[in-house]
Amino acid sequence: MKKPATLVDKIWDSHVIMDLGQNTYLIHIDRNFQHELTGATSLNGIDNAGRKIRNAELAFGVMDHVLDTHPGRGDETPIPGGTGFIREFRQRATSHGIRLFDIDDPDQGISHVISPELGIALPGCTYVCGDSHTCTIGGIGALAFGIGSSDAEHVFATQTIIQTKPQNMRVNFNGKLGKEVFAKDMVLYLIAYIGAAGGIEHAVEFAGPVIRDMPIDGRLTICNMAVEFSARTGIVAPDDITLDYFKGRRFAPKGDMWEKAVAYWRTLPSDPEAHFDKEVDIDCNEISPQVTWGTSPEHSIAVDGRVPNPAQAPDSHSRMTMERAIAYIGLKPGTPLEEVKIDAAFIGSCTNARLSDLREAARILKGRKVAPGICAICSPGSYQTKLRAEAEGIDRIFREAGFEWRESGCSMCMSGGAGGEGFNTGQHVLSTTNRNFEDRQGRGVRSHLASPVTVAASAITGHITDPRKIGG
Amino acid sequence: MEKFTIITGIAAPLMRRNIDTDAIMPGKELPKFEKTSYGDGLFGQWRYIDGNRKENPDFILNQPPFRKAIILLADANFGCGSSREVAVWALVDFGIRCVIAPSFASIFFNNCFKNGLLPVILEDSQVHEIARQVENSSGKELVTVDLEKCQVIGPVKQVYPFTVNEIYREMLLQGLDPIDAALRYESKIAAFQETDRVDRPWIYQY
Repeated sequence: MKKPATLVDKIWDSHVIMDLGQNTYLIHIDRNFQHELTGATSLNGIDNAGRKIRNAELAFGVMDHVLDTHPGRGDETPIPGGTGFIREFRQRATSHGIRLFDIDDPDQGISHVISPELGIALPGCTYVCGDSHTCTIGGIGALAFGIGSSDAEHVFATQTIIQTKPQNMRVNFNGKLGKEVFAKDMVLYLIAYIGAAGGIEHAVEFAGPVIRDMPIDGRLTICNMAVEFSARTGIVAPDDITLDYFKGRRFAPKGDMWEKAVAYWRTLPSDPEAHFDKEVDIDCNEISPQVTWGTSPEHSIAVDGRVPNPAQAPDSHSRMTMERAIAYIGLKPGTPLEEVKIDAAFIGSCTNARLSDLREAARILKGRKVAPGICAICSPGSYQTKLRAEAEGIDRIFREAGFEWRESGCSMCMSGGAGGEGFNTGQHVLSTTNRNFEDRQGRGVRSHLASPVTVAASAITGHITDPRKIGG
Repeated sequence: MEKFTIITGIAAPLMRRNIDTDAIMPGKELPKFEKTSYGDGLFGQWRYIDGNRKENPDFILNQPPFRKAIILLADANFGCGSSREVAVWALVDFGIRCVIAPSFASIFFNNCFKNGLLPVILEDSQVHEIARQVENSSGKELVTVDLEKCQVIGPVKQVYPFTVNEIYREMLLQGLDPIDAALRYESKIAAFQETDRVDRPWIYQY
């Protein structure tokens, strides 16, 4: 009898080309998706070394990282040097015959958003992209790794990577979600619970009844933040919800091939007796809407909580880290989060800019206005998401509330930290993104992470707000 | 790639947990093509005052003798966050050849080996011990990292053995290009794809 295997074991084992010893393997990569930064850099490396692209048909490219998100945009971008990357990537990708979703392509968007949307990422496939949030793709049941540009070069040249096999971890989300509690709140709660290094060297399968009932958008949000607790990747087993999602998508298999793929995908879920090296249970009834107070995603607390006191830290290192975070964020220990005034609100990024995110935010924003002086920006995750939102009148709700309605891209999650368009020093920004690191959204900018609903509610009141109190 | 066999030099303790790659190499330094001249941007937001190049005297790499450090000591989960390989290029360009920490984030860890930077994992207590000893000597006592023998020799000559994956060790010892190494297996890659095209045709035809 076959040894019981996890979902990750099954995908990993079926992609091993060679066992290189010491738990290290040469594995096949089914999908290589690059953007203008790592794409330009890695193809530059390929060309300089005079190498060939082994499987151009398995490579895809998109402009998402440095491009401008203002309407009417072109190659020019506020990020210094960014235009060079856009043009370099376009030229090299085109010359190598790589399918590129360029700035004006109707399928352009953030790679982690468009890849499932178009059916390029598929359950059971191995997937890489030169971005740490590639783990997002695990939400549809793929084994997805973020890689650096040398490894991107490696994949272009060999269609493989050399990696050690990750250990298996499972997080079970049990119970039921409360009112105005979403996938983002679940994953922030988890990170605060197990810490920013809690998943190190593990591939994490998200499971349990709450995940099983969750649509793909939410699964992508949860997997997106696997890297924020240093997991190698996150993944959710493909099920009926996954199959319904993919049926008919542009690059998904059709006809007999669809039936064959489905039969294979059905074999992927972890066997009941499979061994996990680490297992965590979360009771979703305990989760309130979450907001971060500090400079790490692990600095996440309930929206009705207070900024913690470093004096109560469990050890001297935690105390030091908390003191640094509090100094940067400029809040006194004991301050109720709901008293924190905000200067800006951002709804966007690979974490929370899919259609369901925009719908939920619009529900709160409908018929309301953002507080005076708040800079409020929404950048949909893809051009197709934007079009669908517009067809539902969501753009009008955002605009009438006082939000800027932008084009798609990494936008204010990437731009400020890269010396482009950012928020101002000292400003508090409530953001649906995934990183509240120092200077991430601009020099000295204080980022607070939350769900689209909490961001929308707070934009209206002008301070961090519990969405359960505002209704909509 | 530069070979790594044995190095002896100044080690700088930067004993913080979860040092992310945004901190190692700020995003605004990203839009450059070449893998050189990144050293100036290393830890830019901590190393300089107010975003210009005025040095922050409190930051360890601005203090003699640590300005000439070739080894960095750090706490757990070093290199977390963004996958940006510039974080590795910046360390290497500054002159760092080895980072010693209790654990590393995986993308950063993988990126190191492609650039001649050795990430060494030691026990939490061992890293802190070396850091304390370095501080006690104001950085003057040197640290040795020997990849041939897989050991670190601390400031008081104490020996700390470490393990490193043999494939990566060989690559560093010989300065091998990992792509060239993988291309030696081309026939196996081709054989895999031949079978796979039958088993999972949807991956190749769409």
